[in-house]
Amino acid sequence: MVQRRKRLARGVAVIGAGISHFGAFKDKDSRDLFVEAFQSTLETVQKGIDPKEIEAIYVGNLSSDCFEGQAHIAPLMAEWVGLNPRPATRTEDACASSGVALREGIIAVASGLYDIVLVSGVEVMNKLTTARVTDILAAAADALYEVSVGATFPSLYAQIATAHMAKYGTTEEQLMKIAIKNHNNGALNPKAHFNASIRDIMNSRLAKAKERGQPIPSWTDQMEFLKDPSVNPIVAWPMKLFDCSPITDGAASTILVSEEIARNFTDTPIHIIGTGQASDAQALHGRKDITSLNAAKLAAEQAYEMAGVTPEDIQLAEVHDCFTIAEVLATEDLGFFKPGDGPRAAEEGRTARDGKKPVNTSGGLKAKGHPVGATGVGQVVEIWEQMSGHAGPRQVPGVNLALAHNVGASGSTVVVHIFERR
Amino acid sequence: MEEKEFTAASFYRFLDRKKLMGSKCKECGTLFLPPRPFCGQCSGNEVEWFQFSGRGKLVSFSVVRVGTTSYEEKGYSRDNPYCWGVVQLDEGPRISALLLGANLSRPDSIKTGQPLKVVFPDKPEEGGERNPVTFRVQ
Repeated sequence: MVQRRKRLARGVAVIGAGISHFGAFKDKDSRDLFVEAFQSTLETVQKGIDPKEIEAIYVGNLSSDCFEGQAHIAPLMAEWVGLNPRPATRTEDACASSGVALREGIIAVASGLYDIVLVSGVEVMNKLTTARVTDILAAAADALYEVSVGATFPSLYAQIATAHMAKYGTTEEQLMKIAIKNHNNGALNPKAHFNASIRDIMNSRLAKAKERGQPIPSWTDQMEFLKDPSVNPIVAWPMKLFDCSPITDGAASTILVSEEIARNFTDTPIHIIGTGQASDAQALHGRKDITSLNAAKLAAEQAYEMAGVTPEDIQLAEVHDCFTIAEVLATEDLGFFKPGDGPRAAEEGRTARDGKKPVNTSGGLKAKGHPVGATGVGQVVEIWEQMSGHAGPRQVPGVNLALAHNVGASGSTVVVHIFERR
Repeated sequence: MEEKEFTAASFYRFLDRKKLMGSKCKECGTLFLPPRPFCGQCSGNEVEWFQFSGRGKLVSFSVVRVGTTSYEEKGYSRDNPYCWGVVQLDEGPRISALLLGANLSRPDSIKTGQPLKVVFPDKPEEGGERNPVTFRVQ
């Protein structure tokens, strides 16, 4: 087979990106959060944009059908932001749905078919009980051969964790430190589901116990708090509650334009210089090795090659930490650290906001929240804010090259993008 | 073999008859468990049934305290967890299985690499509910 170096037919840039608040909203439906994200996106376009200039819309969504009883969500979202009769397309690749929407939007603009597209994602998950949500998410695994033996998403990532622990000696404590790091970042993100550090959460529990005259727990630090099964119970060993991203409602969107017109809208467009996507066996048992995600390695390889950069060049990354162990795999699969070195790197603070390789400055899926279909574009919003200098107290200075890594299910879809500020 | 179609329905019917059956590509010899009708390795159209020994070792596992609705309906709960894992068969392919015989209150006592053996269902599936693939820690 002849391998041709893949490239885009023309350059594509981000001119704005915005997010709704992430959280559990009893009184909000997809369309409400979608409008909020859309309005916030328009506000970020430095020189302004007439929304009617948008020629097509892509919506990532995992299962509005089951979560809200609403299928065919793309034209509905377009309607709510006044974009009918433009073509509106939904993409579904589990939790990578909007990362894939982004890639489809890029391909559409690069092809020359459109000059301006809206790429978005939305998911409202809190209308149902946790049990129902667990079942709907589990449907993204292999229904015939994994769900049949009782697979849930925490237990799928637990498989990856036990395999990683056996091969590299990774510990539960190391994984807890990733949750602490991501909550520290989420505490600085006003739109995060958990706008609180684990220390904040611990202190509020202590204050509550005191207020109610209950026995005061003896936790003296965050690690002691996380080791207490009464506050951090096992969901699927070794995954505990604080290893898991929350069930979140939210939406995110971004406007992509062809490079040649980008400066009509902003003086600081963010160029998308690499895109990669790969697939793998749906079931974990269909893969030779589950201590890494092969699709992530392949998607990253494609994106690095197209961009002409190496993992060392990346200054900031938003990665798919649906579970703490998933962040470990991401930082290894992306080539930031050698296989097995991810946990130690995180422990040493190398992925912290002030570390050499900041990962998930937004708070990640763990603290910012994981409205599954909105997550991929949500990552772009953080990268946009960081690169355009609008990340407030979590700003990392001088980010010119950043990466987004979005995973579907237990790794059967992975999509990676690389962004550059020139 | 009277089952002609290399489908999940055939696989689970064989399991009920105490056989762990996959398929084998007649052209390149690749084994598939569960069975597949088409060889994704060599794009071969001809496969045949292949019976697995049912012996393997543990690749990974999880002790599940918050399960799927269907498992909670079977009586599993936070206080009565279940365990499933990925099993590597002696013949090479892997499959997911419910695991019996492990000490679920001490998950750190469960070791990857430990030998496992298939356990066949006591009775055939009822009301469309398939018996899950099950292995026991040796």
